[in-house]
Amino acid sequence: MVESVKAVIQVKGLDLSYDDYTVLRNLNFSVNKGEIFMVMGQSGCGKSTLLKTLIGLKEPQAGEVLYNGVSFWDQDETVQQKIMRRFGILYQGGALWSSFTLGENVALPLQLYSNLTGSQIREVVELKLALVGLSGYADFYPEHISGGMRKRAALARAIALDPEIIFFDEPSAGLDPINSRMLDDLILQLRDTLGATIVVVSHELASIFAVGDKAAFLDTESKSLITIGAPKELLANSKDSRVIQFLTRGVDKERG
Amino acid sequence: MPEQKIILDSSIPGTICIKLSGAWLIAAGIPKVDEIIVQVHQAKGIQQLTFDTRQMSEWDSGLIAFLFHLIRECEHKHIQASLQDLPIGVQKLLSLALKVHEKPIVDKVDDESFFTRVADKVLILWDGMLSLLNFLGEIAVAFGRFFTGKAYFRWDEFVFLLQRCGADALFLVSLISVLVGIILAFIGATQLKLFGAQIYIANVVGIGMVRAMGAMMAAILMAGRTGASFAAELGLMQTNEEIDALKTLGVSPVEFLVIPRVLALVIMMPLLTLYANLMGILGGFIIGISLLGLNPVEYWQHTQSSVTLSNLWVGLIHSFVFGVIIAVAGCFRGMQCRRSAAAVGEATTKAVVSAIISIVIATAVITFVCQVLGV
Repeated sequence: MVESVKAVIQVKGLDLSYDDYTVLRNLNFSVNKGEIFMVMGQSGCGKSTLLKTLIGLKEPQAGEVLYNGVSFWDQDETVQQKIMRRFGILYQGGALWSSFTLGENVALPLQLYSNLTGSQIREVVELKLALVGLSGYADFYPEHISGGMRKRAALARAIALDPEIIFFDEPSAGLDPINSRMLDDLILQLRDTLGATIVVVSHELASIFAVGDKAAFLDTESKSLITIGAPKELLANSKDSRVIQFLTRGVDKERG
Repeated sequence: MPEQKIILDSSIPGTICIKLSGAWLIAAGIPKVDEIIVQVHQAKGIQQLTFDTRQMSEWDSGLIAFLFHLIRECEHKHIQASLQDLPIGVQKLLSLALKVHEKPIVDKVDDESFFTRVADKVLILWDGMLSLLNFLGEIAVAFGRFFTGKAYFRWDEFVFLLQRCGADALFLVSLISVLVGIILAFIGATQLKLFGAQIYIANVVGIGMVRAMGAMMAAILMAGRTGASFAAELGLMQTNEEIDALKTLGVSPVEFLVIPRVLALVIMMPLLTLYANLMGILGGFIIGISLLGLNPVEYWQHTQSSVTLSNLWVGLIHSFVFGVIIAVAGCFRGMQCRRSAAAVGEATTKAVVSAIISIVIATAVITFVCQVLGV
């Protein structure tokens, strides 16, 4: 009962599929306020599909996703959009709008959903860009900056409206260790400063152990969630060979 | 190199031993397993497959491929293979290969009947029509929001789109239209010369360009140029998740991306058509004066008298319809694009092809309607 009050996201009996091909079945988990929740698993296990359903882009075959107790997929489009406004999303490639400058990218959510004046928006944009280490880059276009900077700029856009829940899709993908670490630090800071609940889809072990409070392991073969818990505890106590193999990068005793 | 040999030994009840000898190298080829399978099947009650490789001198991937295929076939017939008598390397490689789980493969139905294939095509076409209708509905709603001032509209980007759809296309439109005017003049001259009525080339070129050809040539050019660019641009945005980012922000991609493009092209197409008409008439004029020796004043007077306001309106209606067709086809294909580089290419091609086909159909319909109305 206590958990259901604290739970910002609740997933109940979720089935996901593409036409007749089942991707995941009967998922059940909840994410508490201020928690950093990692969704991990091998490539092709359905992590990104689950994320699409969580952020409102893909309707599930069965089951429900509740945000603060409200079932998202049972609502009409207007209510769904209101719920989605509380999300910040960092897509795998950043997904910055290429015809916009970085400043315009960050400004758009503010222009749409705040009552700030033009100059106030510019101030907020500068602040958000500074928070991700991109102060002074407001007039640059996405094509003129590096991949790591694009991701950070996309994060600045994701946090433009101080979201309640921030979703990250493979934040470390394609980044060097320094930029990857920088993003991990930013995730922790966002939780600590904004009090945001964070869901990260990742298979990067360093990130999983560095930032995850709780991790759910999705299994490709059984198409289900097979375990959930704190990453370090899972490593120490899990008896499931698939989880151990994943968390130890498949290094077993035979191979040393 | 000792020759590959396979001997089947079924002396032990329930077991068949496959004795391999010689050099099993890929360069020597890979024997077919079908005959062995038939023999295994003929020897009733076989449950296990064993191997004897003591006489085998060398092996490489050729042997692995042969055994992999053989073992898989036997597994389908519920015969278990024992790998323990194979060389260690072969055992490891086979274990690795056999461990890979097969993804479910959709059975290909080779003997689909003619009617099934026709029905499939009809269903695909039907789905496409429904998607298009849905898209047109979204455009109508988005236009409603735009005209009531509720849509998010970036005017600076719209101006940029106007430039892309208009000014940037002027050179190509000039070139094509002048050439079309020249072609019309030459074709007309060949026939009209027979009656000594070359001066009526001015009428042929004027009416031809203003009533249909100017709009049509500009449209075909814009379908290949701007329609394709819309499809590629939106397709790439789809691939880069930029459209997802708009949706999750609660912004309608149709409102944000499609409306400015449709509006820009619908505004610019009639202007481009007027320009194409002038260029076409200029092309005919050049040929009439320089090669056919016609009087410039007379030519101009004939053009003026033949090109009526109704001709001009018919041409402009063509251009308006073509503008809508090109923009909708480009944006529709771009928004439908799947997430790969090949899909962007496919979307671009489909945008151009469907725009050109629709342009020809629309021309036929407008011409028929004008005929009926006596315009």
